[in-house]
Amino acid sequence: MNTEWPLWEIFIRGQHGMSHRHVGSLHAPDAEMAIKNARDVYTRRNEGVSIWVVEANNISASSPSDKGPLYEPSESKVYRHPTFFDIPEEVGAM
Amino acid sequence: MYAQMVESEASNDDPEKLAEFQARIDADIKIEPKDWMPQGYRKTLIRQIGQHAHSEIVGQLPEGNWITRAPTLQRKAILLAKVQDEAGHGLYLYCAAETLGVSRDEITEMLLDGRMKYSSIFNYPTLNWADIGAVGWLVDGAAIMNQVPLQRTSYGPYSRAMIRICKEESFHQRQGYDAIRKMAEGTPEQRKMAQDAMNRFWYPSLMMFGPSDKDSVHSAQSMAWKIKINTNDELRQKFVDQTVPQAEYLGLTIPDPDLTWNEERGHYDFSEPDWSEFFDVIKGNGPCNVDRLAARNKAWDDGKWVRDGLLAHARKKQAGNLAAE
Ligand SMILES: [Fe+2]
Ligand SMILES: [Fe+2]
Repeated sequence: MNTEWPLWEIFIRGQHGMSHRHVGSLHAPDAEMAIKNARDVYTRRNEGVSIWVVEANNISASSPSDKGPLYEPSESKVYRHPTFFDIPEEVGAM
Repeated sequence: MYAQMVESEASNDDPEKLAEFQARIDADIKIEPKDWMPQGYRKTLIRQIGQHAHSEIVGQLPEGNWITRAPTLQRKAILLAKVQDEAGHGLYLYCAAETLGVSRDEITEMLLDGRMKYSSIFNYPTLNWADIGAVGWLVDGAAIMNQVPLQRTSYGPYSRAMIRICKEESFHQRQGYDAIRKMAEGTPEQRKMAQDAMNRFWYPSLMMFGPSDKDSVHSAQSMAWKIKINTNDELRQKFVDQTVPQAEYLGLTIPDPDLTWNEERGHYDFSEPDWSEFFDVIKGNGPCNVDRLAARNKAWDDGKWVRDGLLAHARKKQAGNLAAE
């Protein structure tokens, strides 16, 4: 039986009302220990006010070969950006 | 630096894919774990990142040696924080290596049974408190030389680990310089200890960069892949140029009678370390090789019941939760 502790991905919310951001990973036997270890490794210099841990096994990721089908369609939809539209100066800020 | 003489692996991959890969690297696009990469790139990186990680971990031993005997409570707290950082550095790097398909246990066991190396510098002993100052100042100083450019390395997880590490390193070097400065400015006896530490750590620090690799095919390949950014000689020169004025400020003498400023080159000329000593240390015959590996093996063996116990507890709890659902 594999006796290696599972891998956890660590997400930390910085102090300034930001989203949680991925900062790295670590091994831990369970979520509680993962949070304790994350606190020791990733917040020693006031880097965070909140920690999320997710077992790496539970993350599904897109694959690099899907890059075309996933992201190319948005390239042709320039009208999604506000700068696509000319607004007369007279109407003011919009 | 912490990864010395890393041999690059040849790649037997599809030439078209290789060219595409190289073009990405030349365009400074980071390679991420799920991207295609040549076998040689993967293997060389595992070796290099692994060696770097092992060095962070084994490097805790010579400094940990003095935590309980630090001269003041504040120095003790500082050294403890520094050594704790090094454990973190090892962790960041092991995680980067794991994204390349090697497991943590595998890579740990390769250190423990001697299949993988760590930096030659950690096979030298720390005999007294002045050595702790010298290690922070010179050893971390030499490591920084290599780590700063590696923040731009082509492999994403490695680059991100280096960025985190570099944020913490300047604290390490400064606390070392501060500790040795206290002694250099202290009693004649303390001064003598500081000079003695400098004498013993100077050449081993120069060895950290590894022998000249200007003609090495391995280095050329690693530089093309951007997993090595500068030659060993470039980094060594930079380290000497930076360190000489720092030593002068302390009134310490660099143990090299041939050290002189070369106006024409705009650099210091200096003596090479004794490379036969370096190769001997790498082979396992340094003053502390046996102790270091024994300490790591003991920690791993003694920790087994904790690792197993916590895992068994987690599995039992999980089974309990499933049964209750
Ligand atoms: Fe470090
Ligand atoms: Fe350090």
